[in-house]
Amino acid sequence: MRSYLLSRLLGMIPTLAVISVIIFVVIQLPPGDIVTSMLDRLQAQGVDTTEEYVQNLRAQYNLDKPMVLQYFYWAGNLLTGDMGYSHLYSRPVNDLLWERLGYTLSITVSALFFTWLVALPIGIYSAIRQYSIGDYILTTIALVGLATPPFLVALVFMHIGFDWFGVSTGGLFSPEYEDAPWSWARIADLLAHIWLPMIIIGLGSAAFTMRILRANLLDELNKPYVVTARAKGVGHAKLIIKYPVRIAINPFISTIGFVLPSLISGEAIVSLVMGLPTIGPLLLQALLNQDMFLAGSLLMWLAILTVVGILLSDILLAWIDPRIRFE
Amino acid sequence: MSEAVLSPVAETPVSREESAAISPRRLIWLRFRRHRLAYASGIFLLLLYIVSGFCEFVSPYGTTTRNDDAINAPPMSVHFFDAEGNFHLRPFVYAYRMEVNEDTWMREYSEDTTRMFPIRFFARGESYEMWNLFESDVHLFTTDEGGYIHLFGTDQLGRDMFSRVFYGGRISLSIGLVGVVLTIVLGILLGGIAGYLGGIADRVVNKAIEVLTCLPALPLWMALSAALPVHWSPLLVYFGISIILSLFGWTGLARQVRGRFLSLREEEFVMAARLIGADTPRVIRKHMLPSFSSHIIATATLAVPGMILGETALSFLGIGLRPPVVSWGVLMFQAQNPLVIEMTPWQMLPGLFVVLAVMAFNLLGDGLRDAADPYSTAGAK
Repeated sequence: MRSYLLSRLLGMIPTLAVISVIIFVVIQLPPGDIVTSMLDRLQAQGVDTTEEYVQNLRAQYNLDKPMVLQYFYWAGNLLTGDMGYSHLYSRPVNDLLWERLGYTLSITVSALFFTWLVALPIGIYSAIRQYSIGDYILTTIALVGLATPPFLVALVFMHIGFDWFGVSTGGLFSPEYEDAPWSWARIADLLAHIWLPMIIIGLGSAAFTMRILRANLLDELNKPYVVTARAKGVGHAKLIIKYPVRIAINPFISTIGFVLPSLISGEAIVSLVMGLPTIGPLLLQALLNQDMFLAGSLLMWLAILTVVGILLSDILLAWIDPRIRFE
Repeated sequence: MSEAVLSPVAETPVSREESAAISPRRLIWLRFRRHRLAYASGIFLLLLYIVSGFCEFVSPYGTTTRNDDAINAPPMSVHFFDAEGNFHLRPFVYAYRMEVNEDTWMREYSEDTTRMFPIRFFARGESYEMWNLFESDVHLFTTDEGGYIHLFGTDQLGRDMFSRVFYGGRISLSIGLVGVVLTIVLGILLGGIAGYLGGIADRVVNKAIEVLTCLPALPLWMALSAALPVHWSPLLVYFGISIILSLFGWTGLARQVRGRFLSLREEEFVMAARLIGADTPRVIRKHMLPSFSSHIIATATLAVPGMILGETALSFLGIGLRPPVVSWGVLMFQAQNPLVIEMTPWQMLPGLFVVLAVMAFNLLGDGLRDAADPYSTAGAK
């Protein structure tokens, strides 16, 4: 187990390195650079700039150096935890990021648990009652859930909330707790708001996971060991839970690799629709205003979240299924 | 083996002797026909593509035509019986009667039963240029001069939603196909290189697949499409977006192609072809690709929904396609505000079409995947 852990941890390093290169290339793509957009901003405010000032500024951001060196400066700063300065918000990127990363993380993780919580019982039910009315209804809902983009679900939910309850269902806090310091009441308020985005984001993944669980369980149900157990007189519920479900549940963890990126994507767009204070809306603003330091750090952190999540799922899988760690 | 060959056609009206002579392609088709849901989805998609392809003819108006009498008007219903209960063989719609609500200052529409517009089929209306090739003014349906018909209602500028939905479908549905063609090219190329050459090439491609699959796609799509130059023409943006979508979408196909290449490389018929003296491109093109082209088609079909959803999401955020281009995502962009949805729920209709199209592609892809391997029994349920 220890050697498996070590190899997986070491394998993460090149992955993150490649990702950082990709992200660096992506944020270099738009025409102009951070200094030109800063100068545009200054000019709009009517501030005159001298050639010397511009040169100094370019030197300060290492823009006078070759591209490869620029990457290493950027990556080096990331490693030391200095993510630069957002000129859009006139604040260090660190501050902006830490404010929001927690919300992104908690929404995504709770959506993941929601996915499992819903997919497990429904998947089992659909498999053991294959072709029953309940199975048909649930599979149909899953098909629709799989095909509906999260932002559309968010719009529908907000429409329902507005229409039926007369409340606007955006945000993560009630107005009175928006800027309040952390307290138990504020946490309770957060919990009272977080369930809706959690359901909206988790819906598609729940449908996906449920379909996989159903298919796997159907394969397992006809295997000889199940027949044997049944012939020996093991009770129905106990049999299902104890043998085939335990095997069919493996993809739950192994599909985190697919589910987590899609949850994070979904979270970004749902947050925009519902006005949640997470990374998604910040990223859109950063991209629209070409605040590339900010955009790069946000993209990097979303990627880190996913890679670490997948790593955790691999470790979990190895812990549950010994065949994997001895491979 | 012969049992396995015969089993997929056992329930179809083909006799044993005949089935021995059936080509694999025909077997796949017969097997696909038995997936009723997939078959129906295929027909639905075909219809949707035809309607969107001929949207100039199908829709009564252009995308920018404004009806000042109908701002934010609800969908009209088609009648056969008029207010007095008389039956009309020719269906008709009633004009809108608009009132301004004194409390909310909102326009409210009801049917004006004194003014009816009969629907004329294959009649002349607004002139348009079909595929930029020839001009015409014949529409599938329209009303007489002076009347109007808005089956899906209108938006805040009085533009006909029905027309806009199908014009939008042309863009959104075709961007999926263009993206998938690029995906297939990338997937076969990279997956083929990895699977056929093996060694370092295999490891590099594998690492690339691993990295790309664990990246959240949407944020990167956002970054890339925000990087598209603003001065680009709509057509360039269109291709830019499809390239962006396929840049992250090829991994699934490449993985499959790689796996097939790895297993086929050891097969006798590949060895035989090589011994006769066929060079590598010929072995790949003539011997290996045909044996799994059906799988490629199935996987590609399952990749289309991701493309459609990607375009919709990007345009919805305002960083994909932009007006005056009309796509389902652009139409949804207007419906971003909960208040808009509250007042004019019919503006959500493009979303319904997205869901239907994506669902149909998923079902079609599932059916194709099961049918793709006509000699196996795994998919036959």
